[in-house]
Amino acid sequence: MSSQPVDHSLQDPPKLPFEPLIQRNAVITEQPWVRWLLTALALVFLAGFLLLPLVAVFVEALRNGVGTYLDAVRDPDAIAAIELTLTVAAIAVPLNTLFGICAAWAVTKHTFRGKQFLITLIDLPFSVSPVVSGLIYVLIFGAQGWLGPWMSEHDFKVIFAIPGIVLATVFVTFPFVARELIPLMQEQGTDDEQAALSLGATGWQTFMRVTLPNIKWGLLYGVLLCNARAMGEFGAVSVVSGHIRGMTNTMPLHVEILYNEYNFAAAFAVASLLAMLALVTLVLKSFLEWRLGSELAATRKH
Amino acid sequence: MIDHTRRRLSAALGAGIALALSGEAAIAADKAALLNVSYDVARKFYQELNPAFAEAWKQKTGQALRIDQSHGGSSKQARAVIDGLEADVVTMNNPLDIDAIAERGKLLPKAWAAQFPHASSPSWSTILFLVRKGNPKAIRDWNDLVKPGVAVILPNPKTSGNGRYSYLAAWEYAKRANGGSEEAARAFVKKFFANVPILDTGGRGATTTFSQRAIGDVLLTFENEVALIREELGDKFEVVVPSLTVRADNPVAVVQKFAAKHGRNDLARAYIEFHYSPKGQEIFARNAIRPSDPVVLERFAASFPKVNVFTVEEAFGSWPKAQAAHFADGASFDQIYASP
Repeated sequence: MSSQPVDHSLQDPPKLPFEPLIQRNAVITEQPWVRWLLTALALVFLAGFLLLPLVAVFVEALRNGVGTYLDAVRDPDAIAAIELTLTVAAIAVPLNTLFGICAAWAVTKHTFRGKQFLITLIDLPFSVSPVVSGLIYVLIFGAQGWLGPWMSEHDFKVIFAIPGIVLATVFVTFPFVARELIPLMQEQGTDDEQAALSLGATGWQTFMRVTLPNIKWGLLYGVLLCNARAMGEFGAVSVVSGHIRGMTNTMPLHVEILYNEYNFAAAFAVASLLAMLALVTLVLKSFLEWRLGSELAATRKH
Repeated sequence: MIDHTRRRLSAALGAGIALALSGEAAIAADKAALLNVSYDVARKFYQELNPAFAEAWKQKTGQALRIDQSHGGSSKQARAVIDGLEADVVTMNNPLDIDAIAERGKLLPKAWAAQFPHASSPSWSTILFLVRKGNPKAIRDWNDLVKPGVAVILPNPKTSGNGRYSYLAAWEYAKRANGGSEEAARAFVKKFFANVPILDTGGRGATTTFSQRAIGDVLLTFENEVALIREELGDKFEVVVPSLTVRADNPVAVVQKFAAKHGRNDLARAYIEFHYSPKGQEIFARNAIRPSDPVVLERFAASFPKVNVFTVEEAFGSWPKAQAAHFADGASFDQIYASP
């Protein structure tokens, strides 16, 4: 009966006294001009350091006209580089998705000795410089390395060939999926799984019907980040690639070569392809964040 | 091309790394191929030489040929070959790098230089000065580079071939100008490096610093790089030929162990011999690299100014000796560059 007005007065009061406080109290807020200045500075910084270079890539790429752009992108070496980059990503990303899920599953749903050690290991590729990541494979598989002589005798090629590039990429992008899933799964706890198991589901059923649907958005987010890095990786791949044109040059390496050849338009044309891949990733990521809202809030650290 | 993509992708997706391994082997086998591991600035030259050789090879044997190229800093490339980059031939800007492949990798005989004419160097280049248009600082010779207010750009002698050559040329110039005094040479080179604001790690880096970032009054680099800068970046620069400079040989070699493994010894030899053929020598000349054959060099005299050159062997004994005395850790260059 008289519950409507009472409800309103109960909901509104907490908001009203706070708003003027925030706007006027000089102790907990800044002067308007300070806020404007800071916002403007942030925007100028973003425009100057992020937007401008991105625009510059496309402007430089199209400087000599669309014809030059298409020629650069259709060059056999460029096509080989694009193929190779896609091939490497097509191997590295599924592998790391699988590893990432397994690792996150093991870490969050089970307790075992050495768990902390495993988490540290997962983080290792983040903390190691990409050059070192590449060099470890040279040390292991190189002709002067541990397995080199044996591999040379049996005609296995790892470094300076596609397998080495895949290995280096897998290593560098390993943590992305696992790191994305671990906090999410930790927060979700094991209650759902326990309920499923106690109702008679098998382990596989529990994973497919309970765990996977719970983590699907977070997983997709991790896969996107992993993919972006797999396609863009330069340092580690540069060490193990051997830079053979048309064979072991990935897109980032191809961009560098073209640039060093004074072939600026072509370098920026291929760079613009990479930038477009990044933009697509970014749009997908924003879409996921919008879709997920709170679910991702726990994991949004990148 | 699509078929090729599909084959690669399906191999990759289907069974991962193991299949990718065998897939690569299959692609490599279906055509005669040759891998040339080379240095950075030789790219343009090989873009012209490789098709010419492939055509000659096809006429001679009827076999189609694909030549793969890998380019990078000369020493870095040598390191990659030692680590297992299976080059059939190496083409470098510095004999030390091939020595390293022979000694550390044991991939070719130590006496590799005796296998082809002119100490296995079908071409050579030299260090010249590039100044800004109008030569505002009036730079004519080495002694102008040590004057106050002149900024000299060259790459790091520890990491780059042309840095090393420039350093040695400055040293030899000062030594000859001062009656053979090593001490005077050291003092001169010290003054010289006091005028160097930045040391890039490679020749291309130094070129970018000078031409794009507009730092410095004079760039010291190879003649072919100078020609490329003028061609690509317009007429904003002038070349200065100093009174004395150094002969920088570009040696080539068959990496016998890998070539034999691939069964390409004859092909690799023929490829290198093609560098010495009239056609090959002419392609060198057209790319501003001096051909070793004096007759061809004479024919292109218009593009190559007369230079008074010394070789590292006659001035410093040998490359390993020059390396040990000047560029090893703690040797002359380190002493000169470290002390204020």
